[in-house]
Amino acid sequence: MEYLLIIISAIFVNNILLSQFLGICPFLGVSNKLSTATGMSGAVCFVITLATIVTYLINKYLLLPFGLEFLQTIAFILVIAALVQIVEIVLKKISPSLYQALGIFLPLITTNCAVLGVAITVVTKEFSLGGAEAHLLNLGQATVYALATSVGYGIAMILFAGLREHLAGNHVPEAFKGLPIALITVGIMAMAFLGFSGIV
Amino acid sequence: MSKWSLVTKGFVKDNPTFVLVLGMCPTLATTTSAINGLEMGLATLFVLVLSNIAISALAPLVPDKVHIPVYIVVIATFVTVLQLVMQAYAPGAYATLGLFIPLIVVNCIVLGRAEAFANKNTVVDSALDGLGIGLGFTLSLTVIGLVREILGSGSAFGFKFIPGDGMLAFVMAPGAFIVLGYLMVLFNKYLKKK
Amino acid sequence: MLLCLTLVCLLCAAILGGVYAMTYKPIQKANENILKASIGAVLPEGGSISEEKTAIFDGRTYTYYEQLSGDAVQAYAVKSATSGFGGRLELMVGVLPDGTVNNTRVISHSETPGLGAKCQTDERFLGQFRGLAPSKVIKLRNDGGDLDAITASTITSRAYTLAVSNAVEVVKSLKKEN
Repeated sequence: MEYLLIIISAIFVNNILLSQFLGICPFLGVSNKLSTATGMSGAVCFVITLATIVTYLINKYLLLPFGLEFLQTIAFILVIAALVQIVEIVLKKISPSLYQALGIFLPLITTNCAVLGVAITVVTKEFSLGGAEAHLLNLGQATVYALATSVGYGIAMILFAGLREHLAGNHVPEAFKGLPIALITVGIMAMAFLGFSGIV
Repeated sequence: MSKWSLVTKGFVKDNPTFVLVLGMCPTLATTTSAINGLEMGLATLFVLVLSNIAISALAPLVPDKVHIPVYIVVIATFVTVLQLVMQAYAPGAYATLGLFIPLIVVNCIVLGRAEAFANKNTVVDSALDGLGIGLGFTLSLTVIGLVREILGSGSAFGFKFIPGDGMLAFVMAPGAFIVLGYLMVLFNKYLKKK
Repeated sequence: MLLCLTLVCLLCAAILGGVYAMTYKPIQKANENILKASIGAVLPEGGSISEEKTAIFDGRTYTYYEQLSGDAVQAYAVKSATSGFGGRLELMVGVLPDGTVNNTRVISHSETPGLGAKCQTDERFLGQFRGLAPSKVIKLRNDGGDLDAITASTITSRAYTLAVSNAVEVVKSLKKEN
């Protein structure tokens, strides 16, 4: 039940793109085409989940016991950067086809604030799950949260890429061309997602 | 480029929000009111100026292969300094901006300026560049925050002048996207290089 | 290459260590000030504030402060936390010995700006708790109580109300013990 609540809330209610505003830059950058959007979503999903597990453990077993919470930001970003590099190298060796699909997006992910954002959120924010008192997530919940959040990222991204492909064929006033109309469309989409806030 | 134009270019010509379209996450997330936008802008300005100075000074000494990790470490250091200073002297603002203070590390404006400007210019020019872009960012965020605050809460900089609740949607997520979209339209139409 | 990275990291660590040491005291002080301000805001004028004390109520530990005038307890300030819409909602609640709520104040919250976050400013909502008599039921009208919710923020209002009612219960249980 708790896990279901985390999943629904992370995918729909608190969608990372449409209500938390994380990872907007790559979202606007690669949502031109459905195929790139899908590739990016896959890569983000992979890295967010992995990075969250690693940073969660580092925070719990290295930073907290030694009173080094103030090094959180710097430690997390370095871990994420290193992790992305490792994933890239490993993927290239083990699964060239997957590397082909995700490879070009990997370097972009280091500076995707969604990754750092989720990593920091799970170790600092207290969640209230189904009326229980708000508390920090444990490792299992954190992993599920990270996975669900990145699935939410993927869903929003792919939906929007579909919309944007249609948008490209339409006549749009000069000043609205490109980003402005895209932003307004996302706004309307975000409004639709607001409707989910009643369910949790 | 004269020193003065380095500082003023951030307002219109190289405006980080409307022309370069960088740092969208804090732009959308923290502009629920003019004050919040202003505070976020100033926080970014602080990191931008310091990291630009440090990176332009370090750049000649850093081998090319490791320059990105070095820049990230430098930026993360200044962000942490900012976090500590804000907790000590501006705890209110630190609580409101929350997650988006540590996320300045991955704000593409900061790394972008380091790569595009600071690593090949003098310390003074880099500092001015950081100041200019930072001020432009602050201005954009304040304007977006102001528009959302007027429409959504009927107040400006915390002073309420329209009674009632306002249009809540503008304070919430959809309003952020829509206001930014329309402001970008106005910017394209009237301010972009003629 | 490695040398350079190591040097930069060491330098940055040194800078951070220095800044951390320098800001450690001011941060503590800032946190203390927030706490003191919230205690001051919820209690009536006068009297001296006691040291931090703890009470266990309903299986949870609450922190509270006593306001003393002479030897008698004039009022209690209870720190009470519940789950709001966005996460933990922490309040300071001032309660008189007879169970009247003196005033309330948000210590920290993570509610939605413009909606739940109004629990810090909405006078129509907050005014209800000022001098709230013990005879009133501290629940929202929807839940069969005597209080109105903040427009469009029922979950936050419910959490706020629950925190206040818990604080009152804590004070009642303290009175019983004495």
